[in-house]
Amino acid sequence: MSTAIRWFWFASPQTFYPLAGAIARVSAVGAALLVAAGLYVGFFVAPTDAQQGEVYRVIFIHVPAAWMSMFLYVVMAFWAAIGLAFNTRLSAMMASAIAPTGALFTFVALWTGALWGRPTWGTYWVWDARLTSELILLFLYLGFMALQAAIDDARRADRAGAVLAIVGVVNVPIIYYSVQWWNTLHQGASVSLTRAPSMASTMLAGMLLMALAFWLYSIAATLARVRCIIRERA
Amino acid sequence: MSWGSWGEFWAMGGKGFFVWGSYAVTFACLALEVYFLRRRSREAKT
Repeated sequence: MSTAIRWFWFASPQTFYPLAGAIARVSAVGAALLVAAGLYVGFFVAPTDAQQGEVYRVIFIHVPAAWMSMFLYVVMAFWAAIGLAFNTRLSAMMASAIAPTGALFTFVALWTGALWGRPTWGTYWVWDARLTSELILLFLYLGFMALQAAIDDARRADRAGAVLAIVGVVNVPIIYYSVQWWNTLHQGASVSLTRAPSMASTMLAGMLLMALAFWLYSIAATLARVRCIIRERA
Repeated sequence: MSWGSWGEFWAMGGKGFFVWGSYAVTFACLALEVYFLRRRSREAKT
């Protein structure tokens, strides 16, 4: 017997099932604590914005939700691709488990963006590059879920969904760079690794706390859902 | 930020509809997802 680490041990749905449950529980608690901290910083520590007044406080959910919507799509496409390439069951299940949470954060990003746009731009919606490409992201998530739901055989549904997810990943850099490539009402990136943040440090702290909270929430929701899928397919 | 009163806090400088409309729908969505996940988990175990 080899003593090498069994990397593929947790690639089996049956062995991953209890681990997923444990990680989901810890992540859910962490998400609840971070949401409380993020809301406290966002509403009681961060100052009023000099230009926008109080309405800017939408940022504490808008930006983290928009980040999650794009990040989750890339993770979903990654697992879909692994599942397609190596025919591993758990990878495809992970892709299916991520889609509804990704769609939720995409909807939240669009909804909060509309409510933020009205008082700052004077309109709930414009067909500009950033908003339109984010709407396409929502349709990609919904299309992925509808396609998988329409095919009875789980393995065939996995493969068909994977192709859609992989093709759609091209939309993610389009969303991210849309504010640079096209003239758009939407402002540029709020946070960048290459320059100092353009906002007060307490505003940034509130946003990052909420981003971490949404991250942990996504982990908890996705792993809880993948446990359902494992049981349903057993 | 120090709010003068709870009334001022809820008013959000006159933009309460947009701020609270965002937060209410976001947390309603998260709560709904948790509810549906719990229900699906219960059904998957039976």
